Amino acid sequence: MSIFSQPGDAGFTKPEVPKIITGRLGYEDAHTIERYEATGGYSALRKALTMAPESVAAEVKDASLLGRGGAGFPAGVKWGFCPPGVWPRYLVVNGDESEPGTYKDRLLMERDPHQLIEGILIASYAIGCAQAFCYIRGEMALAQERVAQALNEAYDKGYVGKNILGSTFSMDIVMAWGAGAYIVGEETALIESLEGNRGMPRLKPPFFPAAKGLYMQPTIVNNVETLSNIPWITTNGATAFTALGAEASKGTRMFAVSGHVNNPGVFEVEYGVTTFRDIIEGHAGGVRDGGSVKAFIPGGASAPWFYEEHLDLPLEKGTIDRAGSMLGSGAIVVMDQTTDAVKACLSIVRFFAHESCGKCTPCREGTTWLERILKRILDGYGRPSDLALLMDVCDNISPGIVWPPKQTTICPLGPSAVSPIASAIGRFRPEFEAYIRKGMQQRAATAPQTPIAVRQPVAVADGGSHD
Amino acid sequence: MARLTPANVELAREIIGCYPRPKSALIPLLHLAQEQDGYVTDDAMAHIAELVGITPAEVLGTCSFYEMFKREPVGTYLVNICTNISCMLVGGEELLHHAEEALGIKAGNTTGDGLFTIEEVECIAACTEAPCLQVNYRYAHRLSNDGFDELVEDLRAGRRPDIPPHGVLARVRQHIPAGRAAGAISPESNEAPVWLPPPAQPEGGTT
Repeated sequence: MSIFSQPGDAGFTKPEVPKIITGRLGYEDAHTIERYEATGGYSALRKALTMAPESVAAEVKDASLLGRGGAGFPAGVKWGFCPPGVWPRYLVVNGDESEPGTYKDRLLMERDPHQLIEGILIASYAIGCAQAFCYIRGEMALAQERVAQALNEAYDKGYVGKNILGSTFSMDIVMAWGAGAYIVGEETALIESLEGNRGMPRLKPPFFPAAKGLYMQPTIVNNVETLSNIPWITTNGATAFTALGAEASKGTRMFAVSGHVNNPGVFEVEYGVTTFRDIIEGHAGGVRDGGSVKAFIPGGASAPWFYEEHLDLPLEKGTIDRAGSMLGSGAIVVMDQTTDAVKACLSIVRFFAHESCGKCTPCREGTTWLERILKRILDGYGRPSDLALLMDVCDNISPGIVWPPKQTTICPLGPSAVSPIASAIGRFRPEFEAYIRKGMQQRAATAPQTPIAVRQPVAVADGGSHD
Repeated sequence: MARLTPANVELAREIIGCYPRPKSALIPLLHLAQEQDGYVTDDAMAHIAELVGITPAEVLGTCSFYEMFKREPVGTYLVNICTNISCMLVGGEELLHHAEEALGIKAGNTTGDGLFTIEEVECIAACTEAPCLQVNYRYAHRLSNDGFDELVEDLRAGRRPDIPPHGVLARVRQHIPAGRAAGAISPESNEAPVWLPPPAQPEGGTT
């Protein structure tokens, strides 16, 4: 049970819920080192350097900070997976945010890059990483600019580089950037990309990054939002962090609400207790034009859809997992009653078909076929057998079409394309059938009454018509 | 067509020096080539292969995987319009159609004057600001059709100095000052970080 009031109570949005990671975003100049230092910046690093590295790591582990990238694995536990005595270790920052619906890491990199840098430094000190690479998505020019600027400032001030703040702790943070590939958000694909290769995932096991990552050395890959929490946890302690949230989901978390709402935006809310209704109807101002929720995606395009009856579920990892979906990357996409479920489904599937890296056959071929079948249904050329065919292709990518998904692929991209189809057909089957029926009726109505005679080859040398 | 200029070779060497292995610099170097010429030329790829110590085929292998690298010229302004779910729900496809009408080209093509290329792209992480697009990777949020026309007019008239020509990403580069650098750590170094306490059991104590 949380010490804070439950959703629905008066005064639910209590002022005592601190802004852990977005506290500085109110300042126009939050990205400058002057503002960062003036608002307590780099004091957490100073504090960490007075502590033993294992105490810093223990604090993060006790805070049970769940990874904010999608899988939601506890960061402190992940740090502990590095095999002892194998050196060097590397830290890789995953700033390749590109899951449809997701918008938070870009905000943090553009508006508060020093907070991220401080998080990288503290994490590296705790884990024993000798070098860090901050991999930013290629399309995010401003984020690259701001992080580069912030790194230059931090080097000048002695926060990064050799003998940080006069201590024995030395490390470089190198900014790296991508060039347009969603799959690189998968940690082993990101490592491949960082080694200068095509961004294709590696098989796990054996290539769990903590054991065999960058250059086959132990590597910790953490998301931008995850690392941005570290300075606050170091300053305020694990107890203050776990006082917020509920069950497995502690602290606060950023959620982006987009789609058919009056006030789309990115909100930092208490994790674990805030409900979908609080965030959709409260923070995001409710469904546009006073409409109703037809469906919503709770955690990015990969997540199975939720419906009206799920609105009162809390944003808590375990609860959502058990309800058959995931909070993923904190992306809530709201679809109102005017939404065409078939179209929405195609939009998401097309994304995965386009972004499949091509390494595994079920995903490379399967997602492409899913897209084609959906397209023909929408275009009025669907066949009565198409829905069964869609489910069959889905089953070949993700056997059994269950949640959490099984996979015949190396990474979860393929099964991600199955989620929207299983959701949409499961809930809105009549809409698909209507498209197929309508298409068949139209074709029957316009079909010629007599069979067309088979055309004979004609000589074209006369330049005349083919008739 | 064009190998890297001497100034860019110097920059390339600096970038390579940041990484434990030269090939890791490949994507930043391809961006550098694209910044120089507006697209990645075959000669630039061959030159990068020399600098990194791999074959041109390996450079092409990486280059061809990533969407942002263009291996033939594109317009001065690359207009990337998102039609993924969040944008689609609030008019992303309509915005794309309007852009195609307004510029007289289909997505994937370049206007006759070489000024604009339209691309239909996947999510660009501005979902709460939908419908959105990027011009040379600079954002335009919650864009209406009129807003699009205005943007095009401004670009034509040169009123958007904040949007550099295609190929230029961050206009600030990271430079690690020589005196402050801790240095790239080779994966073969096999040394425990000095700031960590020595392991509880002394090494070699039992042998």
